[in-house]
Order: sequence, then C-alpha cells, then structure tokens
Amino acid sequence: MYVAVKGGERAIENSQALLAELRRGDPSVAELSIEQIRLQLRLAVDRIMTEGSLYDPELAALALKQASGDAIEAIFLLRAYRTTLPRLGYSVPLDTGKMRLWRRVSATFKDLPGGQILGPTYDYTQRLLDFALLAGTPVPPAPRLPADAEPVPAVLDLLDQEGLIEAESASCGDPEPHDLTREPMRFPASRAARLQNLARADEGFILALGYSTQRGYAHSHPFAGEVRFGSVEVELVPEELGFAVSIGELEVTECQMINQFAGSKSQPPQFTRGYGLAFGHSERKAMAMSLVDRALRAPELGEAIDSPAQMEEFVLSHSDSLEASGFVQHLKLPHYVDFQSELELVRRLRINAVQQDEPT
Amino acid sequence: MAADSATPLLCARALRRLYGRIVALEEVSFELWPGEILAIVGESGSGKSTLLHVLAGQLEPDEGEVLFDLPGRGLQDIYRLCEGERRTLARTDWGFVHQHAVDGLRMHVSAGANVVERQMALGERHYGRLRRLALDWLQHVELDPARIDDAPVIFSGGMRQRLQIARNLVTLPRLVFLDEPTSGLDVSVQARLLDLLRRLTRELGLAVVLVTHDLAVARLLAHRTMVMQLGRVVESGLTDQLLDDPVHPYTQLLVSSVLPP
Amino acid sequence: MRMCDPPGSLERDPNVNFAYLDERTKRMIRRALLKAVCIPGHQVAFGSREMPLPYGWGTGGIQVTASILGPRDVLKVIDQGSDDTVNAVNIRRFFQRTAGVAVTTDTTRADIIQTRHRIPETPLREGQILVFQVPAPEPMQRLEPRQSETRKMHGLAEYGLMHVKLYEDIAHYGHIATTYDYPVLVNNRYVMSPSPIPKFDNPKLNMSPALQLFGAGREKRIYAVPPYTAVTSLAFDDHPFEVQRWESGCALCGSRASFLDEVLTDDHGGRMFVCSDSDYCTSRQGADVRSVISDGG
Repeated sequence: MYVAVKGGERAIENSQALLAELRRGDPSVAELSIEQIRLQLRLAVDRIMTEGSLYDPELAALALKQASGDAIEAIFLLRAYRTTLPRLGYSVPLDTGKMRLWRRVSATFKDLPGGQILGPTYDYTQRLLDFALLAGTPVPPAPRLPADAEPVPAVLDLLDQEGLIEAESASCGDPEPHDLTREPMRFPASRAARLQNLARADEGFILALGYSTQRGYAHSHPFAGEVRFGSVEVELVPEELGFAVSIGELEVTECQMINQFAGSKSQPPQFTRGYGLAFGHSERKAMAMSLVDRALRAPELGEAIDSPAQMEEFVLSHSDSLEASGFVQHLKLPHYVDFQSELELVRRLRINAVQQDEPT
Repeated sequence: MAADSATPLLCARALRRLYGRIVALEEVSFELWPGEILAIVGESGSGKSTLLHVLAGQLEPDEGEVLFDLPGRGLQDIYRLCEGERRTLARTDWGFVHQHAVDGLRMHVSAGANVVERQMALGERHYGRLRRLALDWLQHVELDPARIDDAPVIFSGGMRQRLQIARNLVTLPRLVFLDEPTSGLDVSVQARLLDLLRRLTRELGLAVVLVTHDLAVARLLAHRTMVMQLGRVVESGLTDQLLDDPVHPYTQLLVSSVLPP
Repeated sequence: MRMCDPPGSLERDPNVNFAYLDERTKRMIRRALLKAVCIPGHQVAFGSREMPLPYGWGTGGIQVTASILGPRDVLKVIDQGSDDTVNAVNIRRFFQRTAGVAVTTDTTRADIIQTRHRIPETPLREGQILVFQVPAPEPMQRLEPRQSETRKMHGLAEYGLMHVKLYEDIAHYGHIATTYDYPVLVNNRYVMSPSPIPKFDNPKLNMSPALQLFGAGREKRIYAVPPYTAVTSLAFDDHPFEVQRWESGCALCGSRASFLDEVLTDDHGGRMFVCSDSDYCTSRQGADVRSVISDGG
C-alpha cells in the first residue's frame, strides 16, 4: 500500500519537543539566564538588536537563548515580534554629538578636540586564548572616564567649518522617515531608505561588500574620520507638549567615513561622507556600512557604476539575512510537482536525443 | 541620397553637454537627410561618442535639441517624447550598432533569436515565419545560415558585427547609428564588413550616423563628414572634398595621419 | 490511509489579533488587493510585514489570506496539491491558532484556499478565493534581474524578451521546455508569473469563476486575476501551448484527468503514479474517508 510522506500535527509537535530538549542541553548543567546572556554575550545581543531593528537587550537575549545562539534565527524572532508592535511616534534625530562616550577614535587626525579615547576594544588584545576563563576568575574594576565629561564634537564638523567636506543635508522627506518595515523598497531608493536597509543588513554581507570597495571594486579612498561608541538620549516631541522630552538612552556605534571626491558640474572637489550606525557596540558593522553607503552614492556623485557594492538593486535586494535565509532554505520544502514536471521533460528530451543519435 | 526630400530626417540644434566642468559638446548643429551617410571623425575625447549617444536618445543634452522626422508628425524633439515612444522608436525606426558586440547582442542567446527579437517585440508570434526571417537576414549579412542556432559568444569579431547589423536592420529602420563598427577587427575582415555596410545602406536607402576615428572608413562610406575637436565641430563638408582639401588646421593634421586614433 | 489530523486539536490564541496581523495592516493589504484586482496581472508593491514564518515559505500568501479571512470563512491549505504535507499543516495550524476558523480538506466546501504550487483539480466556483504563494513574482527576473528595468518593460508592454526564451526552447529542443511557472498574459495586457504551478494547471487560470490572488512576501508584491478574466499561456501560433500528459491514470483512483505525482515504491526502480491533489483523489475513491477537519473554535 502506498503511503505518502506525511507531516501532520504529530510530526511537528515531536520536532518541537526535540528542539526544546536540545536547546536546553544536559539538565544537570545550570540553565543560562537571560540576564547572563544580556550581560556576558553583549556583542551578540547588540548584533541581534541592530539587525532585528529593535532596541531591547532583554528581548534580544531571550531570542538568542530561544535560538540556541543562532544569530539569524534570533533576529528572525525579534523581527516577527516587532511586526506586532504599534508605532507610537517617531523620535527626533539622535544627537550623537552629545554622546556619553565609551570610546572614540579618529584615523584622520593625530590629536583633536576631545582627544582619542581608546575605551573597550578587542583591537589590541593580541588574541591569545585566555585559559583563565575556563575556570572563571574575578575581574578587577577598570578605570573609566568621569561621568560628567564634556560632550566631544564630531571630527567631521571640524572639516565642515573649512568647507572641505560636503554639507550634511537632510534626506528628502525628513523628519518623517521612510519605514522599510511598512513601505516596500522602491528603486532608485532615497539615501534614508538605503541607510535603513544597510543598518538592518546582514553583517557578513555588508562586511564583504565594504571590503570589496577597498580592493578595487569601486573607486573608494576611505579614511575613518571617526568611530564612536557610547550612550545617547532618545527624545520625542509629544503632540500635546510641543517640546522634546527624553524617553531614555540607548547605546550606539557611529562611523563617519571620509572619502575623496573629484568634484562635479555643480561642486568643487571636496571630501564626501559615508555613514554607518549600529545599536550597541558594533564597530565592524558600522564601518562596513559606511563604506557601502558611500559606494551606493555613486549615481548622486556622477561616478561610474561598475562594482557590486555600487549596484543599488543588487546590494539592497540581497542584504537582508531573513529574506536570504528564508529563500535559500525554502528549498527544503516539497517541490514534488515542479520536479515531476522537470522529470517528465528531461525524459522526453533524452528520448529525442537518443532517437537523433541512432543511425538511420 | 534622396535629395528631393523636403524635411531632414534628423536635426541637431545647438547641442551642449558637460561632464563636470569638462565640455564634451558645444554648439553642435547639423541636419541629416534621408538616405544620407554622415561620418563624425575626431580623436578620442573629441566628443564624437558623446554626440552619438545624445543623437540616439541615450544621453540627454544639457542644452539644445535633437529632432527626428516621425511618420505623420514631422520633426519632433526626441527628448520631449515619452519614454515609451522613444524606446519604440529605438527598436523600430532606428538601429544602433555598437563598437563592442557584447553591448549590442545577447551573447548567450542563439543568432536566430538575436536577429528576430525586434520582430517578436513587435508582436510576431509565428515561429516558422520568424525562423525564415532569421535565415534570410543571416544570408543578407553573409553569415552561414547553418550557424542560426549558435550563440554569438562562439562567433569571431567580424561575425558578431554582422549579426549585430542583421539584428538592427530586421525592422528596416530609416536611421542607423554606427559606433566604430570596424575597430578592433583584422584589416581584411574590416574591408569585407565595410563592403557589406556599403551594399546594405545603398540597397535599403539607410540614413547613417557613423562615428569613426578612421578616415578611410569615412571615405569609403560617408557622403558627408564632420570633424570634431574638443567638443566642437571644426569643419564639415562632402567627404571627398573635405579629405582632399582640408581647410581647418586640425583636419589637416588628421588627414596627414600624424594623430594616433 | 488517514487523510486528516484529529479534529479540533488547536485552540485559538487569545493574545494575538484575529489572523495575526493588526487591522491597519490588513486594510493596507486589502487596498493593494483592490488595486491588483482593478489591474489584472499587474504587480502592486505593498508593505509586506515580517511574519513569524520564514520568507519563501508562504509569507505572501499568508498575509493575503490573513487580510481577507473572516471568522465564518472555511479555510483549506494545500502544498503540492496535498492538505497534509508539513508546510500545509503548519500554515493551517497558524490560522487555527490565530483566527480559530473552520478548516477543511474539501475543495468544494472551502471559501478560501491557500495553495502552493497547484490549483485543485475540482473546478472552483463563484465566491471562492484561491490564494497563491509566490516565490518570484517577476516573470522576467531571470532574463532581466533589474526591477527598475522590468517595471518599465511592464509599463510599456515590452514583452519581446519573453518570446526570446520560448524561441530558444523550440530552436534547441523542438518544443517549449518550460514545465512550471509558465508565463501567462492576463487580460491581454500584463505578462504574469502564475507562481510555480505546473503548466498543467495554467488552463484553470483562464476564465475561472473564482477570484485568484497572488502574494509574494519576500518580494513585497501582490497581484490578482479577477473572476472570468482571460489568461493565456505564452506560445507561438505554430507551437501552441500544451500541457503534460501521462500514459496511465492514477494508481489509486484511476483518474486520467489529473496531475500525477511519481512515487518510488522500492529501490529497484519500482514506481507508481498517483494524483497530486489528495482531496480530489480521496473523493474519487469514496466519500467516507474524507471529512471536515475542524469546525473551529
């Protein structure tokens, strides 16, 4: 008797039970708390918040736990949850110039107002496995900046005073932002929509594209004008008040990349900007994003488009990890019907080919 | 040349185009008559390619206009047409033969389909008729009809150019743009292709705008020649006259062949 | 052979909105659907939401179904023609949990049928809605990947490229070699992807009494074929469109009019052919094995 491959309720329920068991692991080992994940795997949590486009460390940690540490699955969980949230209002643009800094470095000036602040970074750790962590050792308190430190101006503002760098102009439609999760992307896209797409984009994809611009695939001569990481206030103007009130703080990483530009019909030669922003501490993402942002400005600056990182449709249509992961993995779904159609075709073509080869 | 026509087929008026602060075209005006072949010559950077793209509706000029004699409507500025009209014009009444065949052909699609794509776009839905049309045109351009199902990616440079020509002429356009159609080919292949072009333009009464850096090509094909330097037309006239008795010093320099292409 | 899952095994989750999406989103999608119905075959961009199912797994169809579903509607979900493949079960469970609607495997009883890759063999009637899950809405994508260009080509009805592909098939194989997702011309205007249904199903699109809606979640497009709309499969006059045929009928119900799946029965090359539409096949075998799965909650 023929029995088709059937899923059915029970198979799905069994699968979920097995998954839950594997996620938990050996029950004799203590279970991870959300608090532990949030505090001790903070960079993973930051990535999930950035690409999940939802600033909520606790829920991001929960998603990471539920996803057994799979970042893309965790981003998926957070995004699906985010869909159900109402839009209560739009904040005023973050003023990153007023950031309470953890870290701030510039590759363009040796010294500058506010100074270089190394802060917490893996950059100079020499990457030797720390076997002390196998056992777990107490960590002594680290020296830090005074809490009342003055805000430090952005490096690019210093260049701006001389007119050496393009003025930063608000995108069309500001301050009401394009919302990619509500409105579909249309090409050509506004810079605001592009930046939003890049901020949510898969870090690996953006990193590879940004990297490609440094290897001749785009005419790019970038300098890291500034990378800063710290906390900024989020402000909202409630309609009934008419003035901005702070509704909280979030940690962000911002990168302003400086690029050469030869000048155009309407503009003298000057430096141009590439911009990157990520939730939490995500320098790799913010820097790669700023390179790709600049590469995607090619049409606006009259540059030839001949490299992948400059091709808007290519970059923006393939940057989202959920779209990519879902569609690649949908190949697991049954395709019996299409395959059957192809099977029949290939058989027919083979019969024709054999008949043609036979001597007449 | 149909000298009795009352209206020119194509008309350029005071064209100007800048790239940044570089002037690519300045004050370019001329008329092209039905059946006339006009060569635009000059060294690279003279603005001749820019002019060709402006004329062919691919690059809007900063100033000036490009007029084309539309059937029943007379001279119309092609940049005032809606995009659909311009695109239809470009694949029916116009042809564009690119310098590099990869820009003008579908390299991985059979020669036959390359030839008849325009007809399919116009609504021809009979495979047998399309097939016969493709075979006819392969013969017109002296390509072996047995190669009808081969893709141009395995064709030689000369064969690719012939295929491009067939693909463009299949709708019997009135105007064809030729962008350095013979450069990069061996001398003997060039000569045969030029013969073919001369024969086809005569048989079909085509008007042609030909861009070339090779004065020999202009002499062989063109009724009239325009010499460009730094975005401006410095001299123009009947080809034989212009080449035998150049007036402008730059033309004299070109004719004495001291300039590299 | 057991066709159905145990009835009523899922309770409606009171913590989510009816059919998961919020009402404003549903309204936005219904507006896109109305526009799509007005311009048959035209792809309407819409603000596709991030769903709790992965992209490529039916998020477009699910959003369309969610926006048109009412509490008294009876829903049927099929994948590959069958009600009980894992994916169909999963989507059906999703709507049982979020909307508590009645579900069925019976094509004739369903108000809304969400489908992946098939159109039911049982003819649809007026008032029914067929919702297709669409992975790649742009029929020209493989020939021209730039959306900015294909949008223009649709706008100007520049469809020569589609026939280049068909020409090539005939030149190389002697016949058109597209077997599924076979492009169609809708209402004599727009070229449309019918989604990856076998070309066997293409004739059912034409002049169907049912409303046919297409949702592509990842690509954020919705399109529609209203009832009684002409849908023709692209072809040449002298190489007309043809559907697949089988040498024998279904091994279970004997039908010679349905799309057959090939099933391997042993590892010595043994195989049999059975209907891909499980409801159709079962109903032909005898009505007793077929039932309503659940009357909803």
